Amino acid sequence: MPLDDKDTANISRRTVLHAGAAVLGGAFLPGFSVAAFADDKPAIGTWPAGSAGDTVYIGAAVPLTGAYALQGADELKGWQLAVEHINNGHDLMKAMAPKVDKGLLGKKVELLSADSAAKPNQAVEVEQNYINQNKIILMTGSTSSAVAVALNKFAQREKVLYVAGISGSNDTTGKDCVRYGFRQNLFGQTSAAAIGPVLLKQFGKNKKAAFMTPDYTYGHTVTKSVNDYLTSEGGWEMVTNQISPLGTQDFSQYLTNIANSGAEFLINVNWGRDAVLSSQQAKQFGLLPNMKLVIPYQIPFLAKEVGPEITEGVFAATDFWWTQEDQYPLAKQFVEAFQAKFGYRPEWGAENSYVSFAHWARMVSEAGSFYPPDIIKQYEKGETIPSLLGDVHYRPEDHQCIRPVVIVRGKAKKDMKNDEDFWEVLEVVPGEGLMQKPDAFGCQLGDYL
Amino acid sequence: MINWANFISQCFNGLVLGALLALISSGLTIIYGTLGVLNLAHGAMFMLGGYAGWLAYSYTGSYLAAVVAGSLFVMVVGVVMERLIIRHFYTRPQEDQLLVTFGLVIVFVEAVRFFFGSMSQTLPPPAPLVGITNLGFMIYPTYRLALLGIVAVALLVLYFVLYRTRIGMIVRAGIEDSGMVDSLGIDVYRIFMLVFGIGAMAAGFAGVVNAPVVSIAPDVGEAILVQTFVVVVIGGVGSFPGAIIGGLIAGEIISITSMFNPGYSYIMLFVAMTLVLVIRPHGLLGQAGRE
Repeated sequence: MPLDDKDTANISRRTVLHAGAAVLGGAFLPGFSVAAFADDKPAIGTWPAGSAGDTVYIGAAVPLTGAYALQGADELKGWQLAVEHINNGHDLMKAMAPKVDKGLLGKKVELLSADSAAKPNQAVEVEQNYINQNKIILMTGSTSSAVAVALNKFAQREKVLYVAGISGSNDTTGKDCVRYGFRQNLFGQTSAAAIGPVLLKQFGKNKKAAFMTPDYTYGHTVTKSVNDYLTSEGGWEMVTNQISPLGTQDFSQYLTNIANSGAEFLINVNWGRDAVLSSQQAKQFGLLPNMKLVIPYQIPFLAKEVGPEITEGVFAATDFWWTQEDQYPLAKQFVEAFQAKFGYRPEWGAENSYVSFAHWARMVSEAGSFYPPDIIKQYEKGETIPSLLGDVHYRPEDHQCIRPVVIVRGKAKKDMKNDEDFWEVLEVVPGEGLMQKPDAFGCQLGDYL
Repeated sequence: MINWANFISQCFNGLVLGALLALISSGLTIIYGTLGVLNLAHGAMFMLGGYAGWLAYSYTGSYLAAVVAGSLFVMVVGVVMERLIIRHFYTRPQEDQLLVTFGLVIVFVEAVRFFFGSMSQTLPPPAPLVGITNLGFMIYPTYRLALLGIVAVALLVLYFVLYRTRIGMIVRAGIEDSGMVDSLGIDVYRIFMLVFGIGAMAAGFAGVVNAPVVSIAPDVGEAILVQTFVVVVIGGVGSFPGAIIGGLIAGEIISITSMFNPGYSYIMLFVAMTLVLVIRPHGLLGQAGRE
């Protein structure tokens, strides 16, 4: 898509003077690259100031407190490992971003992080501070799609790139998509399209399902996508949808409604600690194992927290499960490197973090520039690139990575080969067939400049 | 799900939730009523009780040991906190009290997160209380049923201490007018320490008996604190019976609203609080002039 001529025509004489002064002033700074201005690119966002020194900074707003704290801390480890691998030119990083060579375009990458508590306003505040103080060239973080959507909009406003952390809402690359935002992981639509056929094949048509939904964009869109699929393709009926605020502790009133609903399936869209508590309490109320539990959007560490007595036989859709190391050499490298550094096998939050940074590093190094529109256009070429689970590509229309969805089923305790062997991989569903039409969720990417 | 079976089930649910809220709120309300300190760390006390109980359980395997350890530990924390920090704030503005207790929340929560991580930990109920009981109109987790009894007994004990002992009489007098109690020659600061200890213990006890229902995590006290404040406002600041009535009302509002639309449960709770504030600004059983 060509740059909007109208916008460039609007550059005032004062802006030109400012830019000129910056060029002249900057030329006297050590390490300043005049070449960066050679093709007459106007300053935008934190560019060129953010990449003028020896180090470029990334800002992560990640939940370290609240209902998603455990998953946030895990995501952060994925980013830390990725940055370490970018800086030391690790083989795994080079497999996904071949032009990375002990840093990015000759510069060291440094990750800054702070707690977002999974709250959009706090996340935006964190990133604003990093932009002001460190001139970050990339933002990341979420684990709540409410945060992802807020950071998307913030990224577009500030013209600083954003790659989402865990974000399951259709809106992130749907109606709230932006030119400056990208998402690697699975989301409501792809999860539903991947797990739906498995459920119908396994359990048949015309079943009654109760949904538990967290009350924000992630919950509503995932529940809608899963329910749409099951009702239209299998004649399933949603007998109740129990919507709870993020951070609910006592689910008794919701579970009582479900107990009285006649449901055969409990489709739990709750996430993080909410999923732990709602699943544990569903068992206390005797709903499980009488009803069949389904987790359409898998939660890292859920099985570790609730135990295999609850997750046994449960179907879930996920981005990655560590036993896939047996089929995918890059996954094996990742699991080994992660385990060596952090002492446990990574789950999909860390995987998404690592891969999304590797992809970003690839785009920057292939574009040969930190200039945001150059990086965006590199993503938008839609080239086939490696991930831990084979080749993927980013869709230029909505910036969603087309990647496989992994269907897993919870193992019984007796079948676990080690204390982290909670899930069995049933299917790896290719991404292309799972995607909605690019305009189905109302994505309008917005401007480059 | 609007039918009689569900209605009765939800009323029952509200009773269990309300009883727990009543117990936690009673600790908060007697502390505020007596000391005039709004203790934002009350939720953190609830959390500490859960963790102390869980630790005791992991060493002894005994639920009873967990309850005793959780309650006593938090009582000690409360007393130490009062002696070292809170007492210096009795005469300072309320904003300072809020800030210092809020600071303590961060210290307690992050200390627990540092040592135990963010992963949820589970304290199992005692063996005879595992499983579900058929009540005829509904099936209900046995431990939650027992919890109703456990909390009722705890509230009765608290009632006995406050209304049938000399110390309780002094505490109640302190709630009405601590200056007068002081002028009668009673060491009001020792009473303050005692009240803080008892109030904290109520939260710690609630934290540990609730742990088999809601598995513990460092942030477990945060949500409870908000509900507890609403209960105290509805019931009337400083009123022990008010905390019980407020707790039960809050529990029923949350549960019964959820039958119609779960999304409105907490909205209705705040609507109820607003109504009470408009009609009876001092709460249902609160009194004007009592701070």
